[in-house]
Amino acid sequence: MTATQIIQLYVFILAGFVGFLVITRVPHLLHTPLMAATNAISGISLVGSIVLAGGQYGKVATILGFIAVVCAMTNVVGGFIITDRMLGMFKRADSTPTDTTGAGGSA
Amino acid sequence: MTALLLLAGLPTAAAGAYLLMSGSTGASLDAIGGRELAVQLTYLVSSVLFILGLRSLTKTDQARRGMQMAALGMVFAIVGTLLNQEILTYSWIVAGLVIGTVLGYPLGKFVPMTAMPQRIAFSHMFGALAATLVGVGEYYHGIQAPDATGLDRFKMAAIGFEVLFGALTVTGSFMAFGKLQEFITGKPITYPGQNVSNIALFAAAFGAFVWLIFNPEQTVVFYVMLAVGFAIGILMVLPIGGADMPVVVSLLNSYAGLAASATGFAINNDVLIIAGALDGASGFILSIVMSKAMNRSFGNVLFGAFGSAPTASAKTSEGLVAKSISAEDAAVQLAYASKVVFVPGYGMAVAQAQHQVRELAELIEKNGGEVKYAIHPVAGRMPGHMNVLLAEANVPYDKMYDMEDINDQFSEVDVAVVIGANDVVNPAAKNDESSPIFGMPILNVYEARSIIVLKRGMNPGFAGIENELFFDEKTNMLFGDAKSSLTKLVSEVKSL
Repeated sequence: MTATQIIQLYVFILAGFVGFLVITRVPHLLHTPLMAATNAISGISLVGSIVLAGGQYGKVATILGFIAVVCAMTNVVGGFIITDRMLGMFKRADSTPTDTTGAGGSA
Repeated sequence: MTALLLLAGLPTAAAGAYLLMSGSTGASLDAIGGRELAVQLTYLVSSVLFILGLRSLTKTDQARRGMQMAALGMVFAIVGTLLNQEILTYSWIVAGLVIGTVLGYPLGKFVPMTAMPQRIAFSHMFGALAATLVGVGEYYHGIQAPDATGLDRFKMAAIGFEVLFGALTVTGSFMAFGKLQEFITGKPITYPGQNVSNIALFAAAFGAFVWLIFNPEQTVVFYVMLAVGFAIGILMVLPIGGADMPVVVSLLNSYAGLAASATGFAINNDVLIIAGALDGASGFILSIVMSKAMNRSFGNVLFGAFGSAPTASAKTSEGLVAKSISAEDAAVQLAYASKVVFVPGYGMAVAQAQHQVRELAELIEKNGGEVKYAIHPVAGRMPGHMNVLLAEANVPYDKMYDMEDINDQFSEVDVAVVIGANDVVNPAAKNDESSPIFGMPILNVYEARSIIVLKRGMNPGFAGIENELFFDEKTNMLFGDAKSSLTKLVSEVKSL
């Protein structure tokens, strides 16, 4: 293994911890938008797909890359739109100025 | 962006230090060029935006803004990638981006909220397919490189992981999609020796994976592994029932993330590693939450084929009579109740009755009653499904209560209205040790002063277990389709 690869493992493990700490605090209320959001973010494969589609690695690689770009972009666009649509629906009651019971914020 | 440009002009020493920390390109410690630096900093910005976006989901009123930031992060990642020096032709990329946008827009804009579980499963398939194809492309490219350094062991391991997890997520998500959309039977499909043959397949895939790390030039092994990965996805989901799909979908969410992370290792890209790790953690946590709420272990969900053989419970409904109630009487009960709790379940989603629920709730509130919604973590077909449906019907989210927040309030509730929920309110989970769902956390609806259950008929729930709540003397059954029952209730309450 190279030094770079060791550092990549660090990045992976630390990002995993961050993810774990952040996501355990997301309330049940928003678990469906959370799934839609992570689904959109998993479209990050787009980054790899773009390099494959645009680099000169031969015809097969270009075609695979092209299909991958389509798939990942579909995920990104659809995923972020639907997440936004869902989150836009979550509204408070106008008559309740303060959230005393913690329905929204409970972990 | 200005900050970015400013940073891009920093002395090369800083650039070298950044490279050392982020370890993004090669093993060289030389300073990287301005363009590469810009790319790396863009990735850094988008990683931070992803984390902040997910963090915003912990605060409901900030969530929407936060996720818009995450979307901006994705734009940064795309722009950064387009600056990559390895990219020589843009035509295929642009075509792909355009087609993806055209396909993605309707998937985001027009899919109804009731179809959300299958929608998510469907798009996991896309994400995983992209990762798999990138893996195959990387392998194909690496194997053709004239020097043997194209695929070192680390890179081969990353590609192998990516392709294997990607492939099983593609077919697994397709199966989950099919079961949720119900073009594949929601019942568990089992056959003799299933677990043994599945484990054998896992072993074969793992063997091929290890073999490739040491012999990356064996292309046949690679494609066999790919095929086995696809097969595992199908066979793994076959024996899992429709109601267990929340766990499967969450788990596949995790796999899709891990496959993306592996892609990052394979092509030396930190933003892929970070975003993938975040997704992996998220899916994993959600599947644990789901399993816990069903009182089952991971292994039991994946290999248990729970619904196939409903264990005979000691208690049967023989000799017990469920009382049915007319819509008029139920309406009177509701109209004069001061505390009402609605308990939605999958039946509400099937009947698409969430709007009628909200309408009824508003009438009760107008009569001076207080209305809350009690939501079990596994109500519906995916985590948080009921919350989204109710939010869609304009139910304010501060009236939706998690199980642990509302369970000790049920004894003060005048009327609890159960809409198409069954196992999640079955007291057998608490008091009948022989019941298959014994130990599962439930909503304490049985403590309410009176209970109205909206149900199609007297069929037992998914788990195939009789629900003694329905035979309780405080319980009245209002039979019929949830939507039409609620519509009747609304008009009855109005006419009082």
